[in-house]
Amino acid sequence: MIQSALSGDMPRSRILSFVLATILVVLAFAPFLFSGSQPINTAAKICIFIVLVASYDLLLGYTGIVSFAHTMFFGIGGYGVGLALYGWGPTWASAGIGLAIALVVGAVLAFVIGLLSLRVRAIFYAMITLAVASAFAILASQLSEYTGGEDGRSFRVPQLLRPGTVLFDIPAIGVRVDGRVLSYYLVFFSALMLVLAAFRIVNSPFGRVLQAIRENDFRAESLGYNVVYYRTVANCLAAGMAVLAGAMSAIWVRYTGPDTTLSFAIMLDILLMVVIGGMGTLYGAVIGATLFILAQNYLQKLMAVASEATAALPLIPHLLHPDRWLLWLGVLFVLSVYFFPSGIVGKLREMERR
Amino acid sequence: MSQALLTLEGVHTHIGQYHILQGVDLVVPRGELTVLLGRNGAGKTTTLRTIMGLWPPSKGTITFDGQPIGGQATPDIARLGIGYVPESMGVFADLTVAENMRLAARLGPPDATRLDWIFGLFPALKRFWQLPAGLLSGGQKQMLSIARAIVEPKSLILIDEPTKGIAPAIIEGMITAFKELKRDKTTILLVEQNFRFAASLGDSVAVMDDGRIVHRGTMQALASDSALQSRLLGLSLAAHQ
Repeated sequence: MIQSALSGDMPRSRILSFVLATILVVLAFAPFLFSGSQPINTAAKICIFIVLVASYDLLLGYTGIVSFAHTMFFGIGGYGVGLALYGWGPTWASAGIGLAIALVVGAVLAFVIGLLSLRVRAIFYAMITLAVASAFAILASQLSEYTGGEDGRSFRVPQLLRPGTVLFDIPAIGVRVDGRVLSYYLVFFSALMLVLAAFRIVNSPFGRVLQAIRENDFRAESLGYNVVYYRTVANCLAAGMAVLAGAMSAIWVRYTGPDTTLSFAIMLDILLMVVIGGMGTLYGAVIGATLFILAQNYLQKLMAVASEATAALPLIPHLLHPDRWLLWLGVLFVLSVYFFPSGIVGKLREMERR
Repeated sequence: MSQALLTLEGVHTHIGQYHILQGVDLVVPRGELTVLLGRNGAGKTTTLRTIMGLWPPSKGTITFDGQPIGGQATPDIARLGIGYVPESMGVFADLTVAENMRLAARLGPPDATRLDWIFGLFPALKRFWQLPAGLLSGGQKQMLSIARAIVEPKSLILIDEPTKGIAPAIIEGMITAFKELKRDKTTILLVEQNFRFAASLGDSVAVMDDGRIVHRGTMQALASDSALQSRLLGLSLAAHQ
């Protein structure tokens, strides 16, 4: 059954299987395993970014397309659902219509960008996507009357998903199942379904053509495959997934704005997550997103503990001071890319082969 | 000579500022194996790539089965039934041998009888069926590259220097494969430097120099004329034996 769910694309490493199973179990039971808002926020963010990174891997890892417009599609999803809930009221119908509009806008934009620019060399395509994404981010900020400008928009979600809605209590484990927990599971199961759908895509004959194009586009053309068509479809599928990730983010955060969805910093984060996890393996998206977000959220705390523990030593407490967390995050990423050029998943699979 | 399946008339190809093909006139008869010979840099590979549409011709006409194909997109040309085995082999290294073969089978899953025939020609492919193609040896990659081109019946197969850097034992397998394809009346245009290999298979021959065809005739006539070989190619078959 697992093999069928993963479309026959098994982890092919015992350590990787164990880590993935642990991530799945922790994410599945996060609301019951942790107390406080930070752990569940972190878990939800991991779910959202797994989808976003997996969708980017469909482009970069499986098709060899370097795009800088991925956050634009993430933003379209966030703004689509967010502005619909803000403007038309906090109902499921508003969210549904907002999502549908966002999916259509995202797919049309991806189609147009793909059709017009996937014929050019990779570097030019990357530049075009960068320009389009920058223009979209400026547009979202300038159209403040509709989008809330730099401040973005806070909005209410449907009644069932609000924190005040209590469904039932489980006194034995001291857990209250409220709208927030329900929101989390909406995000979690959406992420699970989308990742399994991505597995289905990359392991289908269509996915194999994408991989062939990534490796040798001239050869794929010589076999009769229209490279522009396949790249454009991959672009639209990845954009659609990114739109859905944006919608999940909007539902979870109950806010949408340029900094949380459209910023170039998010694009760089996605790139790092794909590279660290391992390009061309959806498992890499899971590992990369989980590690990166955990580091982003907990490295500072870990360093505070380490700094205190080494207080008696010279220099080291200063180096481990929590304010220097970004420096250490950078060092960790440089080291991981240096030691795991094929990503963590690639390295673990290589170790298993030996 | 049989009716022409592929005809090139006055074909010119520019790559950037370089004028590579300078008026190629070539006829590939239906059901025959035509060998394209010539020294390095004569324009043989460019001719094949121009036929496939990978480098569009800047002038001249290319006609396949009565239909002009010059300037058409590569996938459209491939879908007319033209298989191409490039010099670089072009196997998809991350995909398994099986996946490489399935990608080449455009009409549906590969036919079992045809696969058995291919496994008979290249037994290594059956042995490494589920192995990533990147792990195959150079000779095995060449087998896979040829196998992909013949996994479905094709009207025309373009093959670019299949013996380059390949072990003699594997070359023998290729000779058998090409002979069987010839028996099936598959039309083949073969670019080759190994004259002995080319002479053992070719029905007709064209010799290129400086982006033009400088000689056309039967392979039998060229193989039996040492003086002509020396003049056109700077070698003779006798010297290779």
